[in-house]
Amino acid sequence: MSDFKHTELLRFTTAGSVDDGKSTLIGRLLYDSKSIYEDQYEAVRQTSERRGEAEVNLALLTDGLKAEREQGITIDVAYRYFSTPRRKFIIADTPGHIQYTRNMVTGASTANAALILIDARHGVVEQTRRHAFIASLLQIPHLVICINKMDLVGYDEEVYERIRQDFEQFSYKLDVKDVHFIPLSALRGDNVVDKSEHMPWYGGPTLLYYLEHVHIGSDHNFIDCRFPVQYVIRPYSDDFHDYRGYAGRIAGGVFKKGDKVMVLPSGFTSTIARIDTYDGEQEEAFPPISATILLEDDLDISRGDMIVRENNQPHVEQDLEVMVCWFNERPMQLRGKYTILHTTREARCIIKDIRYKLDINTLHRNLEDKDIRMNDIARIAIRTTKPLFFDSYRKNRITGSVIFVDEATNETVGAGMVI
Amino acid sequence: MSYHLHHLKELEAESIFVMREVAAQFERPVLLFSGGKDSILLVHLAKKAFYPARLPFPLLHIDTGHNFPETIVFRDKLVQGLGARLIVGSVEDAIRRGIVVEEKGYNASRNYLQTAVLLEEIENNRFDAAIGGARRDEEKARAKERFFSHRDEFGQWDPKNQRPELWNLFNSKKQFGEHFRVFPISNWTELDVWMYLAAEKVELPNLYFAHRRRVFERDGMLLADTDAILKRPEEEAAIREITVRCRTIGDMTCTGLWESHAASIEEIIAEVATARKTERGGRADDKRSETAMEDRKKEGYF
Repeated sequence: MSDFKHTELLRFTTAGSVDDGKSTLIGRLLYDSKSIYEDQYEAVRQTSERRGEAEVNLALLTDGLKAEREQGITIDVAYRYFSTPRRKFIIADTPGHIQYTRNMVTGASTANAALILIDARHGVVEQTRRHAFIASLLQIPHLVICINKMDLVGYDEEVYERIRQDFEQFSYKLDVKDVHFIPLSALRGDNVVDKSEHMPWYGGPTLLYYLEHVHIGSDHNFIDCRFPVQYVIRPYSDDFHDYRGYAGRIAGGVFKKGDKVMVLPSGFTSTIARIDTYDGEQEEAFPPISATILLEDDLDISRGDMIVRENNQPHVEQDLEVMVCWFNERPMQLRGKYTILHTTREARCIIKDIRYKLDINTLHRNLEDKDIRMNDIARIAIRTTKPLFFDSYRKNRITGSVIFVDEATNETVGAGMVI
Repeated sequence: MSYHLHHLKELEAESIFVMREVAAQFERPVLLFSGGKDSILLVHLAKKAFYPARLPFPLLHIDTGHNFPETIVFRDKLVQGLGARLIVGSVEDAIRRGIVVEEKGYNASRNYLQTAVLLEEIENNRFDAAIGGARRDEEKARAKERFFSHRDEFGQWDPKNQRPELWNLFNSKKQFGEHFRVFPISNWTELDVWMYLAAEKVELPNLYFAHRRRVFERDGMLLADTDAILKRPEEEAAIREITVRCRTIGDMTCTGLWESHAASIEEIIAEVATARKTERGGRADDKRSETAMEDRKKEGYF
């Protein structure tokens, strides 16, 4: 890859209430970073003209499916792409209406950063609190509070400062590490890609500059070695007769040739003989690389097992405490049984107890209400049919996450974060 | 301590992970091979995912009978090198058997007929997962695709009822007779694909590079002069030979050609990086209506 400039990948999600100008902001980012093709722009220009709009409506660049246009809604997460010489960006664009929580949780699960839009005229509203809470629940490392429509409040510094203080007043209760505030106007293009001439009082970066430079090098866990075995490679060919490679993606830590390792659940120990890839042997492998590990000893290892370090093991248990976000129209069944997927391991589980339901607007814990429906967030206790090898979600987003699958409909009905 | 990954390496790692999930979670997967750069990339990534073993699935090509001859030559050579099994589903044959009816007229294309043949092959071979090279940046209907996309027993896609997909946990549960379409390169853009193919020195069909060809113009698009397309007299009269290349490769009847002198992959990258039109802007199959892709996908097109 040395022929090309070293660019990194940054995934971010966008959240806002219905009229906060989220689509306009994304359209502006795409347009001003020159990621829009002529034929796309031309289609949008014609539509704007047909609708009698005075200017080209950049929000239309994010327009979706026929069913959505007919109903004037967005169905669910749409992914969009743009790049600058420094970074490639993946936007998980989630709609701001009914199935909101479900969609934002989905988009947030892989994001490095979340943009939360606030309409400068309305300030921090209930939705803002909800978005910030979901971002903290999903442990998105970086939060950017975009105070939009500054043009409609006369680019007033006081408005910006008041909103910033309001936000900080409740966000200290949340578990967010890095919060940044940017005053902007997506419609006028202020502080999105180009620095605004209307807000000389703001000395910070534009949104694009921030996204290009925010430090994401430590968003993965490079400390606790976790290698969920995904697939066993056995070529059965003359050249590779006794080859037995454990394929998988590093979920945490740095694995090196010669490392003493332990295999779960058996507890047997061995040494890494080789870290193999198609491009040759590697000295080390770290997240999120996909590699193949070969061990010195002949052990019985299969999909769902985990290779770790003996002195740094995950929890190996059948009882888990989980924060769950429910996705399905069928409410969660207390004492109900579900299939649970965790790393490359699959088991069944029973919902043992619903500890409390969380009101995501007030963060109040309701101990009485055990009725968990679509878009609800609750803390539950589960027991699995076999041990899972897990960490807390705070420590590792990969080894700390699970999904629940309904055994009758096969649908993904819930997402869980291990406490 | 600082561990950085080039964005192409991160995309590669993600795609390899998805490939291996397919091999682990399904019993009878297949890789859809069209001869285009995206499916060539898929094959390359599959080689990496299972090295030093062979691909744990066959390739399936839906042949419209209207391919550029170069595509078939390239396909057969690639398959031979892989030692993989190739299954060919023939649209020509389906027309003869009366399974599908050939379109008539100037805009006739066999592109739409591929869907029925693809679904028939999936059913006859009892494939439970079909790996495809669709990317989310291609088209607005594809922007909403999952990595693991569920299809009902009729092969239909229901965009309103997709399963949420979180972290790297892929749910492949299904009823008997249903199948999945899996898209390992969902997060790649056209430029990513070219940059990666260049860095990896992957061999490509010469159709992608500038070459002389007899073409004619229709609806602002350049099409190849071939017997597979019925031409109007004025189109026939305006046939000229110029230097062109393909940005996508599909059926000859709907693959637009671009005037270009890009003769190397580096020149193509420079061209793509500054291109002002989307690559599917050269696809007649997408131009039928604003929702052409969405409508075809719902029916089971890939």
